Amino acid sequence: MAQLNAIQKSLLENIADLHEVPSGAYNIRSDGGMLGRNTTANIDIVTKTDKPGIDIIIKPGTKNQSVHIPVLITQTGLKEMVYNEFFIGEDCDVVIVAGCGIHNAGDEGSEHSGIHTFHVGKNSKVKYVEKHYGTGEGTGERVMNPSTEIYMAEGSHLEMETIQIEGINSTERRTYAKVEDGASIVIKEKIMTHDRQVATTDFKAELVGTGSSADICSRSVAKDNSKQTFRSNIIGAAECKGHSECDAIIMDHAIVEAIPELTASNIDASLIHEAAIGKIAGEQLIKLMTLGLTEEEAEEQIITGFLK
Amino acid sequence: MLELKNVSYLVDDEDDGNRKEIIKNVSLTIEDGFVAITGPNGGGKSTLAKLIAGIYTPTGGQILFNNEDITNFSITERSKKGITFAFQQPVRFKGLTVKDLITIAAGGTLSFNDACGYLSEVGLCAKEYIDREINASLSGGELKRIEIAMAIARKTPLTIFDEPEAGIDLWSFQNLIHVFENIHDKAGGSIIIISHQERILNIADKILVLAGGEIQAYGPKEEVLPGLLKGTMTNPALEQDESLECPTLLGKMK
Repeated sequence: MAQLNAIQKSLLENIADLHEVPSGAYNIRSDGGMLGRNTTANIDIVTKTDKPGIDIIIKPGTKNQSVHIPVLITQTGLKEMVYNEFFIGEDCDVVIVAGCGIHNAGDEGSEHSGIHTFHVGKNSKVKYVEKHYGTGEGTGERVMNPSTEIYMAEGSHLEMETIQIEGINSTERRTYAKVEDGASIVIKEKIMTHDRQVATTDFKAELVGTGSSADICSRSVAKDNSKQTFRSNIIGAAECKGHSECDAIIMDHAIVEAIPELTASNIDASLIHEAAIGKIAGEQLIKLMTLGLTEEEAEEQIITGFLK
Repeated sequence: MLELKNVSYLVDDEDDGNRKEIIKNVSLTIEDGFVAITGPNGGGKSTLAKLIAGIYTPTGGQILFNNEDITNFSITERSKKGITFAFQQPVRFKGLTVKDLITIAAGGTLSFNDACGYLSEVGLCAKEYIDREINASLSGGELKRIEIAMAIARKTPLTIFDEPEAGIDLWSFQNLIHVFENIHDKAGGSIIIISHQERILNIADKILVLAGGEIQAYGPKEEVLPGLLKGTMTNPALEQDESLECPTLLGKMK
């Protein structure tokens, strides 16, 4: 495959903790084209023919394997819409690392919108990590709009981790999950926004199977004049357990909206939501200052810990 | 050595808007060794400790630490000069672990063995606690012990404990006293302990009785303690309960 340049390497490090080309199956998309791909005996990656994107097909019984599908954008003004579809067979145990890094050195907006669809087979276990990161000295906006649709067959388990710490001017995240008998989904979101950034997240989980569960946990820090909106809707249509939690630190002149919603249509659905917004407690700062940190260091320590 | 010269602290009363004097023209010198500060609730003990730690700034007077005027020093500057303050009500942090805080307290680096040492001094098993978050999953007693472990890790010439015995559960007083002796042996310097407990006053070299924002008595334990015990001095808050042999039970009964 083509050699990675320094900017691509740095983006890759930030979104996938990768220092080189990953081992196992991968597909690296860069500026709208394919930079590299590797398939394995159990994991196939096929380019879609009807629209931009790829199909990732994981054979039943695949265990302890990983797929990396990072997207890199280094071209100012590039706008793309990508459809990636994951077909995960029964009894798998896999790790999927996606993520998008934008380096925008120009003054035109760069934008990546991705629709990821997961079909998780019976009794399969999936860990899905998605990191978003933006950088570049240009004035061009860096925009990402990830959509995720997850269909979980009986007894399957998916843990999704989404992280957006830096550099994305505007993001709108939509996540939908349909959870069948005995299946469970855990979603952990971490977001930090600054300057005039805007981030909206919208989670919807439909618990349709007996013994299904959903656990949505969002931790965020809103700085400067940024704005965050958190929406979650857990629908309990069976004997199920649902929990959503949104915990936000608000700073400066930021705005944080939390709109948790619960809908139960079955007497045995047990649903809980928690939402909290608050500034860093003064006593937390004071405690760390009595241990020798400056106020700025204390603040940084508290935020880093909170988003860890 | 810590010196307070005519230190006053006035605040606006929230109820009537009048100026209220919490600390009234207090002057005293604290040399190396243990000093226990006692007195009735609301007498100004915690305020005095916070003035020393820099959390409050005096409205009048001067504070000198090792002959340097630190009156206008920030909390951070005082901390770096060697003043440690263990809170009465430890603070919870979502996401920060016991290891994170003890590492900061130790000055930035911490080996597992050191962490183990600090935690075992307060009766906690490092393996079990080192990666725990300082959040609502820890009991008040556990937090209090971690607060004390941080003070041990700091090893500074002046350590102030605000009611270290409050909320300590499932742990004996004897151990707490042992901790103070250890800190003194290792770091030397001064230890100031705000306490109502007779057994803590008993290990002090000097006792300061503070009531109504003023010094009622300050002198060697041998001179001050008998008066407190006889009740000739105003100190309704002093607890002389013999059942202190078993602070756990006492704590549970309260």
